[in-house]
Amino acid sequence: MSTNPAVTPFLDPKRVREGLSKRKMLDEVFVVVGLLVMLICLTVLAVLFIDLVRDGSERFTWDFFTNFASRHAERAGILAAWVGTTLIMIVTAVAAVPVGVAAAIYLEEYAPKNWFTAIIEINVTNLAGVPSIVYGLLALGLFVYQFDLGQSIVAAGLTLALLILPIVIVATREAIRSVPNAIREAAYGLGATRWEVTKDHVLPYSTGGILTGMILGLSRAIGETAPIITIGALSFIAFLPQSPFTSEFPFISFGWLNDPFTAMPIQMFNWVSRPDPAFQANAAAAGAILLGMTLLMNAVAIWIRYRYRKRINW
Amino acid sequence: MMDSSTAARAQSAPQARQQSREEHSLREDQPVTAEAPERSGSPRISVTVGETRKNRSLNVKAAVDNLSFYYGQHRALKNLTIPIADKQVTALIGPSGCGKSTFLRCFNRMHDLQPDTRYEGSITLHPDNLNLVGAHVDPIEVRMRIGMVFQKPNPFPKSVFENVAYGLRLRGVRNRATLAEEVEKALRGAALWDEVKDRLQDSALALSGGQMQRLCIARALATTPEILLFDEPTSALDPIATAKIEELISTLRDQVTVLIVTHNMQQAARVSDYTAFMYLGELIEFDEAAKIFTNPGKKATEDYITGRYG
Repeated sequence: MSTNPAVTPFLDPKRVREGLSKRKMLDEVFVVVGLLVMLICLTVLAVLFIDLVRDGSERFTWDFFTNFASRHAERAGILAAWVGTTLIMIVTAVAAVPVGVAAAIYLEEYAPKNWFTAIIEINVTNLAGVPSIVYGLLALGLFVYQFDLGQSIVAAGLTLALLILPIVIVATREAIRSVPNAIREAAYGLGATRWEVTKDHVLPYSTGGILTGMILGLSRAIGETAPIITIGALSFIAFLPQSPFTSEFPFISFGWLNDPFTAMPIQMFNWVSRPDPAFQANAAAAGAILLGMTLLMNAVAIWIRYRYRKRINW
Repeated sequence: MMDSSTAARAQSAPQARQQSREEHSLREDQPVTAEAPERSGSPRISVTVGETRKNRSLNVKAAVDNLSFYYGQHRALKNLTIPIADKQVTALIGPSGCGKSTFLRCFNRMHDLQPDTRYEGSITLHPDNLNLVGAHVDPIEVRMRIGMVFQKPNPFPKSVFENVAYGLRLRGVRNRATLAEEVEKALRGAALWDEVKDRLQDSALALSGGQMQRLCIARALATTPEILLFDEPTSALDPIATAKIEELISTLRDQVTVLIVTHNMQQAARVSDYTAFMYLGELIEFDEAAKIFTNPGKKATEDYITGRYG
């Protein structure tokens, strides 16, 4: 109970009620503004997607997926592109995830807090903002020429791995940080080493977050065009890379890594730049499929996160 | 739970007694005083063991000698000297921030996980005279011998079984039958077996708060620690769960040396045989619990236990 005369008028019930309705109105204004902004974003995406689907509607046939590119728009398909994209994504994931997760573990669990690790941390965050064309130029010089990997699937995969490395690192650190310290103390208290704490507890309990980060990174990589054009993706390709499976021992082959390739965004870019309007439909269909692939990957990320949240609820 | 390591300890007991007679006199046949060496500012401690409630020989399990602890430049513990009696419950009481948890965490070197911490003095673990805070002593070895139960129940998000088995797995036990046997023994030791025997494979996070804390006790017991540290183990629990834990601690003294930090004076009075009162990083008084709570020697102790501050 305040007896300060300067405060007393503010405590008058009538005034309190008026003030309250004003404050609640502000609350509602924020809800409306927030909803509006979100709807605008979603509407733009939905309109884009619907437009692509409508433009490319006549191309959604089985043949579109199983045909190579062609001079005739109605016979052209995305076989080489989606196979190329899939293989590149495999290389990207295999390269970026172990390196990114290991870097994040080091930074969170092992690194001492000093100026050196502070610089590394700032740089990792900054790398996420580097334009992708710069990664493309770096890869052209380093992977294609210096390491002599040529204009191959492995070069493209490594380029995109570089690109998403900061995303994987940041997401993994976030996931690792969400494991309560009390759990680490419990394990240390039983006599575990740092590595045992990491492999038995920190990593298993943050798997959901790590997988989510990985998929978000890959769904960024799948649509990247500039860096793989820079390293020299072909836009017209009428053959598939070597099959990763063989009929003879050891049944798997890595020959495909060195094959030339094309990818979904490249194929799409190629079709868009053609004067013949029939190819525009192909581009639209390929765009819709690419967007669909991205959304699907994001849906998987959401599902994984949901499943792990349900299992481990701190 | 008489196992090999307890047996080994029992065997080397005469030798240990010899050592502790030289260093401390917390022994029945030598009734008075375990005194800190003369040092200006360091508190003296004197313990009358001749009138101890339990009529049995008392060895010193760990001798804290002139222990100081630093966070960077800040000196959080100042020249503590306390004998920890074997197979007894020693309680650490004192107001918030007096350093009792900091002191407890010296015993299993938890501070080593933080950068820029430093120990001075020694905690000598008997019978093998290992200095727990020695610079050349591996903190992991220390933690493998000294168990800890934390303030908030912190079971791993794994099954009940895996929680208890983890300590043994770390020590290399792989045999399934052995693991199952030891897990059951530990859960029985923590008075939890009957409640969880049908749900060993369920997530530990599905247990109630009190059950989780007893699971954490079982997890620590499974590795047969020589000293079990409790850091305010009931502060997050309701009165009924608290009573169960207290009862459990009372029974544990038969198999393990217990060191418990508590902010609850009634709890310290109920469960402990010896009590140390700390204030601002210093030891004010150490004595039998019965004496501390009925007839404390220092004015500050009396003020604290009668609720004048804290």
